[in-house]
Amino acid sequence: MKSPVRLERRLYQPKRLNLLIPAASLLSTLVLGAVLLLATGKNPIDVYWRMLERGFLSERALTGTLRTATPLAFTGLCAAAAFRIGVINIGGEGQLYMGAVGASLVGLWLGGSVPLGVTIFAMVLVGMIFGGVYAGFVGVLRAQFNTSEIITSLMMNYIASILLNYLIFNSTSYWRDPRSFGFPSGKPLDKRAHWPEFDMFGIPVSFGLFIAALTAAMLWVVYRRSKLGFEINVIADSPRASRYAGIRTKLTIIAVTVLSGAVAGAGGASQVGDFAHYLDTKSLQLNGFGYTGIVVAALARLNPVGALFVAVLLGGLTNAGFSLQGPDFPSGLVGTLQGLILFCAVASEILSKYRVRYNRSAVA
Amino acid sequence: MNSNLVIIVLTQALFYGTPIFFAALGGVFTERSGVLNLGVEGMMLVGGVCAAWSSQVIQGSAWFTVSASLIVAMFTASLVAAVHAFLCVTLRANQTVAGLSITIFAGGFGLSSYLANVWNVAENQVPRQVRKLNVLGLADTPIIGPLLFNQNILTYCSWVMCIVAMWYLFRTKIGLSLRAVGESPQTADAIGINVVKYRYLHTMLGGALAGLGGAFYSLAIVPTWVDGMTKGVGWIAIALVIFGFWRPDLTLFGAYLFGALQALGIQLKSRGVGISGDLLDAIPFVMTIVVLVLVSTRLAHRRIGAPAALGTPYEREER
Repeated sequence: MKSPVRLERRLYQPKRLNLLIPAASLLSTLVLGAVLLLATGKNPIDVYWRMLERGFLSERALTGTLRTATPLAFTGLCAAAAFRIGVINIGGEGQLYMGAVGASLVGLWLGGSVPLGVTIFAMVLVGMIFGGVYAGFVGVLRAQFNTSEIITSLMMNYIASILLNYLIFNSTSYWRDPRSFGFPSGKPLDKRAHWPEFDMFGIPVSFGLFIAALTAAMLWVVYRRSKLGFEINVIADSPRASRYAGIRTKLTIIAVTVLSGAVAGAGGASQVGDFAHYLDTKSLQLNGFGYTGIVVAALARLNPVGALFVAVLLGGLTNAGFSLQGPDFPSGLVGTLQGLILFCAVASEILSKYRVRYNRSAVA
Repeated sequence: MNSNLVIIVLTQALFYGTPIFFAALGGVFTERSGVLNLGVEGMMLVGGVCAAWSSQVIQGSAWFTVSASLIVAMFTASLVAAVHAFLCVTLRANQTVAGLSITIFAGGFGLSSYLANVWNVAENQVPRQVRKLNVLGLADTPIIGPLLFNQNILTYCSWVMCIVAMWYLFRTKIGLSLRAVGESPQTADAIGINVVKYRYLHTMLGGALAGLGGAFYSLAIVPTWVDGMTKGVGWIAIALVIFGFWRPDLTLFGAYLFGALQALGIQLKSRGVGISGDLLDAIPFVMTIVVLVLVSTRLAHRRIGAPAALGTPYEREER
């Protein structure tokens, strides 16, 4: 007996798959999501239309979408950078928190006393250091002891979340506003330390999104045009071959993990400088930006520039979920759809490795 | 610190350790077949929400409702696991990312939360719960009474399961075949073992056990529904499989170690010992990393117990 289809290994990957696979993933997500919506008594067309409307079809919708896309661009780049070398860093969530902790520390300290440019630079730098060092633990453990980075980075997400709550709710730390009676909150940054906004066709764009775009461009150059990028590809393909070739494998793995964490840390800095203007534990943890970043990276097929566009797309989805949330639009739907996207992206990777051939006759 | 605290912590260690053990035992079966399941957290939460919902809608005696809810939890979680198996076995996808997609899809921000909202699970109490037993009327015996004779019924079930699992894995022909599939699918295939079937069934068995663990949260520990209520226990269970060396008996002890850490945190918090409760909450996560590092340094020299084909898809036509 023979199955009606068989898989044939591809010898090379055609370029068009870079667009075809994400498109196929999105389409299958919409279909699977519709099945789920129908099964739970909702009208899928109605739900999808409202999501499109609230995500993209008005100035207000686009403003919110770009706002949500900013952290997703950073966490998406964080995941893409690490996945490229085969380090499954799913600690973007915790590294984002740590970046926010570091950036708000500097922002509170410097804010107003030095020019805005210096403040921004310092906030991004310290955010990157905090996120990078936090990821560095994961990288060192992976490179030195071969400890599964998946579990360690995830455990560190929980630890970072506990630390955030501790700093604001259960201690009298530097970050906590001493004037916040009743409900504790973070100390606000000086007004002169707020990051600027730009206007693009009437839609405000955060400064952080520019930093993300710059980061994406830099990562693209590193991966495509530099010696380090070549070494990263060799390590990802075969760590043993890379050692024989004289590449300092351990060091490179650690460096890339730190870099990846630093990118997420910059995202944390942007959350503080662009939007919250204080260490906002609640909004940082509300959306699972770090986890959505994994979806962004996978859908963009680890291409940094692609990750920017995907971040806007998923930012729209998340933002629509925000503004629609209610009895007609249960929370959890957005997360479910994001999971389905990742799921379909993983599933359709089979198309990049194999081509599906139909067997002429089912019985041979 | 009096002896009373020790007894309470030990007693609760068995209680809090039980769901971790269920999930980890499921992981042992799944990984023994060569499939890495990072979707445990999501499967637990789906099991948890389905159990809570069933116990609210299924009418009948307490025994009937509770058993039916547990079965529903195991069934739904094994369906989610079947999806994982489809990705990993049939589509030969990257097992790590496939597992992550399951957790994002089903986890605290995803399907489990969606279903809870659609069914209004969180707004109502869970009317029927899994309760403690008083075995042979010995619950009031000092020391061993609370420890051994006054546990939750599922805790007793878990002990039986541990023994059965040991027998199944190491004393039966199916267990031998299962381990062969995990060590060398090519060899297993050559002697006529159906690799695909073994991987599907044991991934689904693992999912069912994760669902049971999730149900323990919504029916016994909390007991009501809270989004993301397992709080990372699914991930601890994955780590536990590694430092239980893929053996059910060692995994049981590991689960109780983590149960004890959780119980100790809760007890110290309620007694107000001057350490912030948050920092106590972090202990299990820090410990997971520490133990994982210790084990992986040893494993680096000789990978004790790790199925050789873990995480690699089987392709018959490849060599």
